[in-house]
Amino acid sequence: MIRLLRSRLVLIGTLIVFVAAFLPLWLSAYMLGVLTVAYYFGVFSMSWDLLFGFAGEVNFGPTFLIGLGAYTAAILNNQFNLPIPLCVVAGALAALIGGLLLAMPALRLRGPYFGLVTLVAVLLLQNAIVIFAGITGGEIGMTVPNVLSIDPRVNYWYALTFMVLSAVILFGLSRSAIGLILQASGQDAVEAAALGFNVTKHKLAAFSISAIFSGLAGALLILYMGTASVGTVIDIAIGVQIIIAAVLGGRRTILGGALGAIFLICASELLRPLGQMNTFVVSAVALAVILFFPDGLLGQLLRAGERE
Amino acid sequence: MNGVAARLEVRGLVKRFGGLVAVNDIGFDIRPGEILGLIGPNGSGKSTVMKLIMGIERPDAGVVRLDGVDVAGWPPYRIARSGVGIVFQHSRPLHRQTVLENIKLALLPDSLLRLVAAPGVDERAREIADLVGLGAVMHRHPSTLPFADLRRMEMGKAIARDPKVVLIDEPFAGLTGGEMGAFSDLIRALRDQGRAVLLVDHNVKSVAALVDRVLAMYLGEYVADGTAEEVMRDETVRRVYLGGKIEAVERRGEAPSAKPVLLSVDAVSVFYDKAQALDGVSIDVHEGEFVSIVGLNGAGKTTLFNAISGLVPSTGTIRFGERALRGMTPGAIARSGVVQCPETRELFGDMSVRENLDLGGQHLPADARARQLAWLFELFPILDARQRQIAKTLSGGEQQMLAIARALMMQPKLLILDEPTLGLAPVILEQLSKALERLRATTPITVLLGEQNVTFALPHADRVYLLEHARIAWEGEPARFAAEMGDGYL
Repeated sequence: MIRLLRSRLVLIGTLIVFVAAFLPLWLSAYMLGVLTVAYYFGVFSMSWDLLFGFAGEVNFGPTFLIGLGAYTAAILNNQFNLPIPLCVVAGALAALIGGLLLAMPALRLRGPYFGLVTLVAVLLLQNAIVIFAGITGGEIGMTVPNVLSIDPRVNYWYALTFMVLSAVILFGLSRSAIGLILQASGQDAVEAAALGFNVTKHKLAAFSISAIFSGLAGALLILYMGTASVGTVIDIAIGVQIIIAAVLGGRRTILGGALGAIFLICASELLRPLGQMNTFVVSAVALAVILFFPDGLLGQLLRAGERE
Repeated sequence: MNGVAARLEVRGLVKRFGGLVAVNDIGFDIRPGEILGLIGPNGSGKSTVMKLIMGIERPDAGVVRLDGVDVAGWPPYRIARSGVGIVFQHSRPLHRQTVLENIKLALLPDSLLRLVAAPGVDERAREIADLVGLGAVMHRHPSTLPFADLRRMEMGKAIARDPKVVLIDEPFAGLTGGEMGAFSDLIRALRDQGRAVLLVDHNVKSVAALVDRVLAMYLGEYVADGTAEEVMRDETVRRVYLGGKIEAVERRGEAPSAKPVLLSVDAVSVFYDKAQALDGVSIDVHEGEFVSIVGLNGAGKTTLFNAISGLVPSTGTIRFGERALRGMTPGAIARSGVVQCPETRELFGDMSVRENLDLGGQHLPADARARQLAWLFELFPILDARQRQIAKTLSGGEQQMLAIARALMMQPKLLILDEPTLGLAPVILEQLSKALERLRATTPITVLLGEQNVTFALPHADRVYLLEHARIAWEGEPARFAAEMGDGYL
């Protein structure tokens, strides 16, 4: 049954991607822009889920990794005028190195302390950017002279391709032998170690992968927007949104993260006419889903399949 | 067997947790194809020894040699890879995966590059599933399996690593008679394959038929070793479990059994997931009565008390005075007068003795609290002297007295004492025993005491229940217990 459901999942996924690829033929440039941002957020949420859902570590600071990627790309582009591909790769590398420097000591800590360290890291990065305003643009932010494209359709296709590739890699990883070991480490680290698995090594690997994809997505996002600012890629509120999206879509599903992010961002755009009420309504819906369907949207479907 | 080199050699193992010496100079050998039983009551350090061997805890001193290589202090994954496997009593299997995938997990290499399992893995996992008797259910999810099958799965995972040494924690906990037989066969098969097996359990009785040798521990120390019979006959072992010579004190005055029933427990059963911890237990406690429930660790005493206090869901009826306790929250039950002093003591470790007591008497008016406090300091003079001391720095015996005193601050109608002697040295037991005697003599309080130590439990009791394997096996007066049950208890 599961196998059938999974192959059905792949089929449905392919169908959705196919439809999504042709959306620019119908949608306005404005809606395409919303979806483009949503797709990058989808990658944020998916990489967060790999760490939380599989390795069992709560990273309260996904924006630390994203911000490192985004600002590295932005600075290289703005100050040194480096070509875009180089900026993107450098952004991913920066997120990986920063993430490792953070995770290596932090993973020694037990319980909520790992989460707290990641939270503090975000605040540190935020402050560092404000302090070094000369290079980073500080609280105002900085412009990125070379953007990916000025055509909203091309930007949309870039974002979609990137999200689909990320989804395939992250999802495939989660279903692989490594995903199995990661889940075991997350659920019962002592038992996983007693089965001969170096739990720290596997968690560190998960953190690195999560960092690379977060950094890539962060760099691409600011190269799409043409500006980098603390409020759009680093603020704690952004991190919270990513976490809510992942939980909303379904913990331990990877794809749920993308689903949740697209839902969250589209919902808050569609409800914009409500004005102040907009954020309130979206938050209330997210709260209701988390309270009544703690497995999330996609998780609920998968579990129904498991019971059969 | 002599002459064969030991597969596992443990020498001078020491582990301290702060000031507490959990394991002190423990050593033993296990040869290939041999089963050693490591026994001791709760808190004796036997599980710590197992964790030290596996590397889950780091020993402070000592040697753990595996085929001659000292692995003491290695991280658990390296010890696992060099050939030690463990079967945990409780584990958290992967719930989204099938039984087969759970077994496959154990067959995977510790590699970040192998995304797809090696070709032989699937076949091998199926073989193991068949071997441990899970062939028919290998495609089901763990959450749909009975408890015994989950233990089989844990066994399968341990076997999958082809370990030279297998550590098994409480092999029969939560299993029924028939399942115990099947599990014994699996353990014997491990021995016949030439593996060294260590069984960790509360008492000799449950593993006697299986083990080649037994080592008994108490309070972290070696007590005795030898064959199961020798250890059961050993004087020190008998003193540890039974507490020495059993004697009952005659109760003075009116027999409480003539008074009305205060607590009535009728056909109460409790399941933890799928393991049955209590099976149709019925007991009565009359007003002013002192009732002892004796039974070895794991018999279900704590579960019974937790069911009464509303801490675990149960079936059957529990009445306290006029009211049925079903549906009441633990807080409401405690306020109605049933106060439990748990085995784990649950003191506020970072608060002083006085603060702990004040918290217990929070609901009392100030003058009543002062009176209660004065009375308690009379009952436990040592606490008076230690009022300002931080609770976690007290000795074990003092902590136990504080826990009892705090429970008494709540002015209970029924005081439930769960294993107050746990991990205490004999000299402390004496003091505790005197305090209970004074308590009984000076107040009309009703007490329900759960104990493994019969010598401690009997002298004060008006009536005794014996709890064995989740059932009441005997009921009667303490004087008759020694005569009827004294020998069969261990």
